[in-house]
Amino acid sequence: MNETDFAIESMGEAAVAVSFGHVISPDIHQKVRLLGAYLDRHPFAGFTEVILSYTAVTVIYDPYAVHLACGQNVPPVQFVKDTLFQALAAAHTDVLPPPAVVTIPVCYGGEYGPDLALVSQQHDMAPEEVIEIHSSGEYLVYMIGFCPGFPYLGGLDERIATPRRRSPRLEIPARSVGIAGMQTGVYPLATPGGWQLIGRAAVDLFTPEHTEAPTLLHAGDIVRFTPISPEEYAAIRGIQP
Amino acid sequence: MSIVVLRGGMLSVLQDRGRKGYQKVGMLVNGAMDEEALRLGNILTGNEQQEAGLEITMLGPVLKFSQETLIALTGADMDPRIDGRAVPMWRPVLVRAGAVLRFGHSLSGCRSYLCVSGGYDVPSVMGSKSTYLQAHIGGYQGRALVQGDVLSLGRMSDQGRRIVKTLHDTGGIQTSDWYVEAAHRLYDEVAAPVRLTAGLQYSCFTEDSLQRLVSEPFRITVHSDRMGYRLEGCQLRLKKPLEMISEAAVQGTIQVPADGNPIILMADRQSTAGYPKIGQVIMADMSRLAQYRPGDWVRFAAVTIAQAEALFLEREQYIRNIAVSVQYRLA
Repeated sequence: MNETDFAIESMGEAAVAVSFGHVISPDIHQKVRLLGAYLDRHPFAGFTEVILSYTAVTVIYDPYAVHLACGQNVPPVQFVKDTLFQALAAAHTDVLPPPAVVTIPVCYGGEYGPDLALVSQQHDMAPEEVIEIHSSGEYLVYMIGFCPGFPYLGGLDERIATPRRRSPRLEIPARSVGIAGMQTGVYPLATPGGWQLIGRAAVDLFTPEHTEAPTLLHAGDIVRFTPISPEEYAAIRGIQP
Repeated sequence: MSIVVLRGGMLSVLQDRGRKGYQKVGMLVNGAMDEEALRLGNILTGNEQQEAGLEITMLGPVLKFSQETLIALTGADMDPRIDGRAVPMWRPVLVRAGAVLRFGHSLSGCRSYLCVSGGYDVPSVMGSKSTYLQAHIGGYQGRALVQGDVLSLGRMSDQGRRIVKTLHDTGGIQTSDWYVEAAHRLYDEVAAPVRLTAGLQYSCFTEDSLQRLVSEPFRITVHSDRMGYRLEGCQLRLKKPLEMISEAAVQGTIQVPADGNPIILMADRQSTAGYPKIGQVIMADMSRLAQYRPGDWVRFAAVTIAQAEALFLEREQYIRNIAVSVQYRLA
């Protein structure tokens, strides 16, 4: 990567943001993932964790631990920025593993997708058509944020893009699948929200008891939605249909 | 070993130093708002510094100890009493079996910490005992304490037993003649400005707004909580509208929504945020900031990254020195 490709800026004395641009694009996303993966494999002394976003990798560190490792004469922030320069050069030649493709079974419409009828009316389509378009897409997980396991997905077909509800619901059930403008996503937890709900996922997106892999999705994954019947949904969830 | 909750208080939650390493999957860090007070309380009870303590907000609980327990109270002074006797803060105290600990209203500060030797025996979720209130995860059943809860305690460490041996009766309370000078250090300066460094979008704000940020006071509104401190005062304005893409936010990030009223992100913040960031509160001042109450006024002062870094190292050294001097007292 040449120098114009990125910017390294402090976010206070315990975090540094490495940004690769100001637009949402798969290319920038690749750079974010490369650096994030590199730092997870090669953590420096004092490294705490990274947050991956659309255009940046934010590196959180403990200045005291860095100070102990790098000595009196180098300010921790300088050491971290130098280390990140080297990491960028090294990560550049890395090859990311092929993305995980995660298929999420969704029961569309009915009690699980109370806004499906409204969304289809808005686009002058049959509900089946909305389901067909939504479930034939491939969605890239650009980032995880907002709450544990919540994917910011790219790739919604603009034919079913729908504005948010005028007044948000006080509580959206966990695993609800929704559309908001050009975004689609799944809510891992019950939260308030203004998305148009078209269905409900049968699988959990957040399982805190699984310490090693508490979320179903990670930045860089590819998501596909598969329509299932209410009976199949009930069977997967282990409930009465 | 247990503590029976006779009254829950306003918001009494177990918090340790936070859940680290999971922000890239959107997990919140949570953890003690006043981390300094938690760490010192753990040192005073012979625990590891990352052990969970009970964070008590504004209006304290009533707690009954089933057995003799070594405790320390740090953070805000909420007039703690055992059987009517004032419990000294910032030092180890041996509580007898059957004793009832009550709190009054906070006399100074917002959050008090109750650390117990051996720690609280609750399951660790994703590497932490911290309570994540919105998702009902961690801590004691993922929530704040209520009447009737029974908190199991861990076994006292050898270090805890060594501390107990140094205690003696002072006016009916078993405590030490040594204590941490932290009360002075942390809260004497409540009126001193909270220091900040430039945020990622600092230069996108008007000169006037940047000037006002460090010259005018801001009031901490009642809509402030563990997630964020919402401030009101002068409105902070961008030079021109900014197209923001969601990006990472960290502890102490000061973001400014369209209404111009800044929000400081605290322990229960989300890992990503979409508003322009004008500043970043320095880590060395986060614990002090956590003791400001709704209605309080706060002032800011700008420092460089180099200054913030020096203050970070100084604070860390201060906490480590206290750990060493406790060790020295026991030798």
